[in-house]
Amino acid sequence: MSEPRRLRLLVGKVGLDGHDRGAKIIARAFRDAGFEVVYTGLHQTPEMVVQTAIQEDVDAVSLSILSGAHNYLFPRILELLRENGAADIAVFGGGIIPEEDITSLKAAGVLEIFTPGASTEHVVEWVRSRVHPRKL
Amino acid sequence: MSGSRNRDSKPGPSGFSRSGSKEAWQRDTLGPALERSAEREPEFTTVSSFPIDRLYSPEDLAGEGTFAEELGYPGEYPFTRGIHPTMYRGRLWTMRQFAGFGTAEQTNRRFRYLLEQGQTGLSVAFDLPTLMGRDSDDPMCRGEVGREGVAIDSLADMEALFAEIPLGRVSTSMTINAPAAVIFAMYLAVAEKQGVPFDRLAGTLQNDILKEYIAQKEWIYPPRPSMRLITDLMAFCTRHVPRWNTVSISGYHIREAGSTAVQELAFTLADGLGYVQAGIDAGLAVDEFAPRLSFFFNSHIDFFEEIAKLRAARRMWARFLRERFGARDPRSCMLRFHTQTAGCSLTAQQPYNNIVRVTLQALAAILGGTQSLHTNSLDESLALPSEESVTIALRTQQILAEESGVGNAVDPLGGSYFVEALTNRMEREAMDYIDRIEQMGGIVAAIEAGFPQREIADAAYRFQRQVDHGTKIVVGVNRYPMSEGGRPATLRVDADVEQEQLSRLSRVKASRDDARVATDLAVLRHAADTGENLIPSMLQAVRDYATVGEVCAALVPAFGTYREVSVL
Repeated sequence: MSEPRRLRLLVGKVGLDGHDRGAKIIARAFRDAGFEVVYTGLHQTPEMVVQTAIQEDVDAVSLSILSGAHNYLFPRILELLRENGAADIAVFGGGIIPEEDITSLKAAGVLEIFTPGASTEHVVEWVRSRVHPRKL
Repeated sequence: MSGSRNRDSKPGPSGFSRSGSKEAWQRDTLGPALERSAEREPEFTTVSSFPIDRLYSPEDLAGEGTFAEELGYPGEYPFTRGIHPTMYRGRLWTMRQFAGFGTAEQTNRRFRYLLEQGQTGLSVAFDLPTLMGRDSDDPMCRGEVGREGVAIDSLADMEALFAEIPLGRVSTSMTINAPAAVIFAMYLAVAEKQGVPFDRLAGTLQNDILKEYIAQKEWIYPPRPSMRLITDLMAFCTRHVPRWNTVSISGYHIREAGSTAVQELAFTLADGLGYVQAGIDAGLAVDEFAPRLSFFFNSHIDFFEEIAKLRAARRMWARFLRERFGARDPRSCMLRFHTQTAGCSLTAQQPYNNIVRVTLQALAAILGGTQSLHTNSLDESLALPSEESVTIALRTQQILAEESGVGNAVDPLGGSYFVEALTNRMEREAMDYIDRIEQMGGIVAAIEAGFPQREIADAAYRFQRQVDHGTKIVVGVNRYPMSEGGRPATLRVDADVEQEQLSRLSRVKASRDDARVATDLAVLRHAADTGENLIPSMLQAVRDYATVGEVCAALVPAFGTYREVSVL
């Protein structure tokens, strides 16, 4: 058997939120850590993100949300992944997200939420330990 | 003790050494001290990684222009020391807290609360759908209505937003860009209903589309047709709304996107030069519109770097306007600006520490000569600010203004060797960037090539690595962490806002005269094709309750839409 293949991660910006500093930093950090990265660019709908995730065979979808719309967008992406038979794609993210919302989002199936101040190294380590290549 | 007896050292009374030059001091006093104990770091840099020397002295200013050329007196060209002769002795800066959330009624209540608390100007935050020129019932806007600001779909919302606020007596700043002309038309329509003549209206429209492509990323049309909307608005206001600031050329978002201080300075001024050139190309005389251009800067955590940036900005703008564009009116050369403290410098960890950060940043803005100021609330890295935290932020300004005495003298740091040398260096490095942008064909061409976007992304990533590696310190994050740092109660935006806004929008659409709206929009489309000024036909459309989304969509056939090529 060969080495396990490299992780493929989608970094996405959904909705109208244009704050892409965090998304771009985390995408670069993932790339520098040796992951394959698909960055969606701005202003994606949940449908567009899920379609890209499936087409690109990613192992996880990470979303950066600073618009306050996280309680709609995360559950919607989880729902669309399930509907498309891709519930094994992990979903995690970061942004300005209040603590009580983090609890409910994790209960809904979001694997982790990182808030301002999380270091890219910490996020990369977390990905290495919690995200695994999907069985395709 | 140094026993030197060199030519340029004079032995002082009782044998103390007194160097007559920096060189002598370095040799005789500094050198031995460094041998005894090294400094804390091999190199000292600002938060932007701008190197800072140990000591600044008259030698650092040698070879620069004279006092009159570089500084002059406040209220006089090149305005380095401030645009007013008396600065805060005459009038304090305007304390202007940006606010908006939920429905127009909720924001209206917050505005009236802030006015009662002594705030002197209003500042409107719009929600993302409004900022993108979309109506609340657009499928793309699900979950975003009223979240980050107030939702405005039609004139009905704007009437509720300014209910019982006399538009002739307040000044209003509206942070909106791509659909700025539409929202401004609605403000004019509210003024008409209140019986306030247009020439009594005072305020500022952000209306700075160039920085949207560079940093904030809220656009509708491509850059070139967007510039036409801006020159139309400048032309309209010159004639009808002379006290209105037509563009607030904004470095704030550029900095929040991760730029350095020099990049903020350079890209903001480059945007400003783009607007002035566009105005001139549209046939306006520079002194007709340049006095109504204002600026909006960030005040970040590196105290002296920020002060130097603001002083350099004033001097550079004055020189550009006079030397390049031939402005004759001193007001064209005066860089007036609003400042907001740096949201991106606030931490979610130990959030009460943010009060201290904001105080320092506010002080830098004041020492840099700001005309108005927003102080961030301590909880902004957690959620939208609560009423309590907004009040602390406003009180911070009031303590600085009325207790600390910092406004007693004009430009108190002027003449500081350090501040002047730093101001000169910021100017030089920003000029290098501006020269590069001009070699690319100007700011619009540079944006189309992704140049400022890439420079900022690189700087943002560099800074994040420095924080991750601990070479830049953020207290509470990579030094002095605590497991429990305090958790202020944060504002919750009512989940019903979206439903409420949707039903209001459908009521408006049901009760208006659709035939009139259709005619208005046809007139607007025609104006877009012919090149006549778009503001009068927009004003007519919003009077008849055409929505933001409808008016913006009417221009798409003529203007097209913008899609970014993402730069990682």
